[in-house]
Amino acid sequence: MFTNFPLFPQQASVQAGQVDAIYFFVVAITAFFSLIIAGAIAFFAAKYRRRHDAEVGVAIHGSLILEILWSVIPFFLTMGMFAWGAKVFFDLYRPPAGAMEIFVVGKQWMWKIQHMDGQREINELHVPVGRPVKLIMGSEDVIHSFYIPAFRVKADVIPGRYNTLWFEATKPGTYHLFCAEYCGTKHSGMTGRVVAMDPADYQAWLSGGSASDSPVAAGEKLFQDLVCNTCHIQGSQGRGPVLTNLFGNTVELQDGGRVTADEAYIRESIVNPQAKIVAGFQPIMPTFQGLVTEEQLLQLIAYVRSLSAQGTAPSPAGTAAPTMPQKSDQPVQEPRKPGR
Amino acid sequence: MHGVVMVFFFLIPSIPAVLGNFLVPIMIGAKDLAFPRINLLSWYIYVLGGVFTLFAALSGGVDTGWTFYTPYSTAASNSHVMSAALGVFITGFSSILTGLNFIVTIHRMRAPGMTWFRLPLFIWAHYATSLIMILGTPVIAITVLMVAAERALHLGIFDPALGGDPVLFQHLFWFYSHPAVYIMILPAMGVISEIVQAFSRKNIFGYSFIAFSSLAIAVIGFFVWGHHLFVAGQSVYAGLIFSFISFLVAIPSAIKVFNWTATIYKGSVSLDSPMLYAFGFIGLFTIGGLTGLVLATMGIDIHVHDTYFVVAHFHYIMVGGAIMGYLGGLHYWWPKMTGKLYSEAWSKFSALIVFVGFNLTFFPQFIAGYIGMPRRYHAYPPEFQVLNVLSSAGASILAVGYIIPLIYFMYSLVAGEKAANDPWGSRGLEWEIPSPPPTENFTVTPVVTEGTHQYVHPSQEVGVA
Repeated sequence: MFTNFPLFPQQASVQAGQVDAIYFFVVAITAFFSLIIAGAIAFFAAKYRRRHDAEVGVAIHGSLILEILWSVIPFFLTMGMFAWGAKVFFDLYRPPAGAMEIFVVGKQWMWKIQHMDGQREINELHVPVGRPVKLIMGSEDVIHSFYIPAFRVKADVIPGRYNTLWFEATKPGTYHLFCAEYCGTKHSGMTGRVVAMDPADYQAWLSGGSASDSPVAAGEKLFQDLVCNTCHIQGSQGRGPVLTNLFGNTVELQDGGRVTADEAYIRESIVNPQAKIVAGFQPIMPTFQGLVTEEQLLQLIAYVRSLSAQGTAPSPAGTAAPTMPQKSDQPVQEPRKPGR
Repeated sequence: MHGVVMVFFFLIPSIPAVLGNFLVPIMIGAKDLAFPRINLLSWYIYVLGGVFTLFAALSGGVDTGWTFYTPYSTAASNSHVMSAALGVFITGFSSILTGLNFIVTIHRMRAPGMTWFRLPLFIWAHYATSLIMILGTPVIAITVLMVAAERALHLGIFDPALGGDPVLFQHLFWFYSHPAVYIMILPAMGVISEIVQAFSRKNIFGYSFIAFSSLAIAVIGFFVWGHHLFVAGQSVYAGLIFSFISFLVAIPSAIKVFNWTATIYKGSVSLDSPMLYAFGFIGLFTIGGLTGLVLATMGIDIHVHDTYFVVAHFHYIMVGGAIMGYLGGLHYWWPKMTGKLYSEAWSKFSALIVFVGFNLTFFPQFIAGYIGMPRRYHAYPPEFQVLNVLSSAGASILAVGYIIPLIYFMYSLVAGEKAANDPWGSRGLEWEIPSPPPTENFTVTPVVTEGTHQYVHPSQEVGVA
């Protein structure tokens, strides 16, 4: 029973060390104050114990100096935690430019994963070490949460929108993948494993097995099957807006508003086309809600992205230059230090 | 189901209903609450809400957890969400009425000379609690009603398939449910302030800081709900604000702990069972509060959010805090409420058992959570086994610690020694009247000339306020 009894999680991503460092900082400060309080109470309780029945304490009403001290010192300590925690959060939240992208769809009770060159997995995620990986995640039914403890990353997977999560594995190995948001009675069965592999092994894994169509190819096929192409005509004006070079650019709307064409916008335009009408077009597109699955939506998005120079995702095989900016609205990540 | 019953039917009403309804009028020198019949009504409402919840429990339970997260609760769950939600909805009115009653009573029914700054700190704590009850509870009532409406009528409020927004629910839910934690803990803090003074035979250190920190917690507590949504995809900048305010709310809590500690300094300290519970409260609340800092730190919360770390944290605060406060208060005022004394030896023993059992149950969960065990997992990988076994062992010990008081309290009702007016040598209006008090508390309306817990004649006092 005691052979497998870890007290601390493995560190297997570039983020793990950052999270653990601030964790130790906060725990050290809180342990210090806990010991001071406990020690003071024990000491006072012993030193000033009641010695006879009628004894009363000394009337002391307070001390403004002490009150200020024990308000201001904790305030500055907590502000330190706040600032450092926010910094770590920002690093965890913003994927570096050029991260390799993978689609994830959660459903009761499994994780469906689709790589950009067609590999599909269920409850398993193979990734190379040493390369930032960005997951674009949606849900078919209820809220799930994608959680890899060894990487210290987690993000809710929410129906009707896309959340992203990124990590860069540092150590080859197999790690737990958990659903962290209660999603029904089999919630604790919605687990899997993340396999981090050396780049060479990862290449071998990619080329083995039977890859289906890449999301872009599958999306293109859907685009024709669902006759989207009768209105959204390539390169020339049809009854619907041109989709070439749409992704990542700003769209002018009928009501005078503007929106950046990102994954969420394209998804909304497919399932709820009346929500945002592009300036100069009629609200004639029917909804495709219920006609396409979450995975097909992601494939359609991948296809629309592929029509845009800015939407081209780096090749999963690692041939694209990893510094190529992938979305115009993303901040440029500072250069990666060697040896991380 | 565990969460629904414990949160809405035990932790929220326990201290205000059991101790507050009894003590609020006595402590301010009043005959009863301002609206005795509304008080009775709030009891009937509570029972009605309980019946709906009990029905949900007996007919197969509700599988959404107490958080009722959408769209699981509105679109996916096949369990008894409707009756549980209605139970919560109905019970909310009980809470609102109690809060209203306390506020009016404290404003209008103080005895002559009972100025605001002579009020016992128990009263300040209940005043702050009542504010949250009347301002926050309507929000949860509306929220669960919307869940019921979407479930029954398929209105598209939260379910994205119907055009709703599932995260909207989380905002509405936590707008109440985070302050609700303060509904549970503030009354306990009031109890602890009374006990620490009584068993140190010393007035509180920093009266106005303790009193105003209660109000500060009540007010700031309304602006921290977004720290439950750090990984739900809310705006990063919103997250920043919520993290900042969450750290702020730690300050008034710290002020209370430091002032309680300073109160014991140069006191006449007696370790009777209420004081043991008070020390237990300070210990558990300190651990619970400080681990709250870990969770408020955004970078760490991403990792520990929805793990057992959170489970351990909120049990330390809500359960450790509220139960230690409730049991401490029950032991302190039991002689007053019943006129009977209980076994001091057994009560000390059970206080120790509760403290040990509680820590053994919940401390391992901090470790399990940081290793990465998610909440609400009944099946888990083998490396979590040892910690879970420790927790289970602790829970059994904790149960014993709850059963022992049940036995000696019942025994004291039958065969307990009769309690004097003031068995502890304490100070305060409640200790000047017979035990148990007559129906209208005071035969002559008292006139108050000093604050509570003044053990020393003013001419002998040292230090200034």
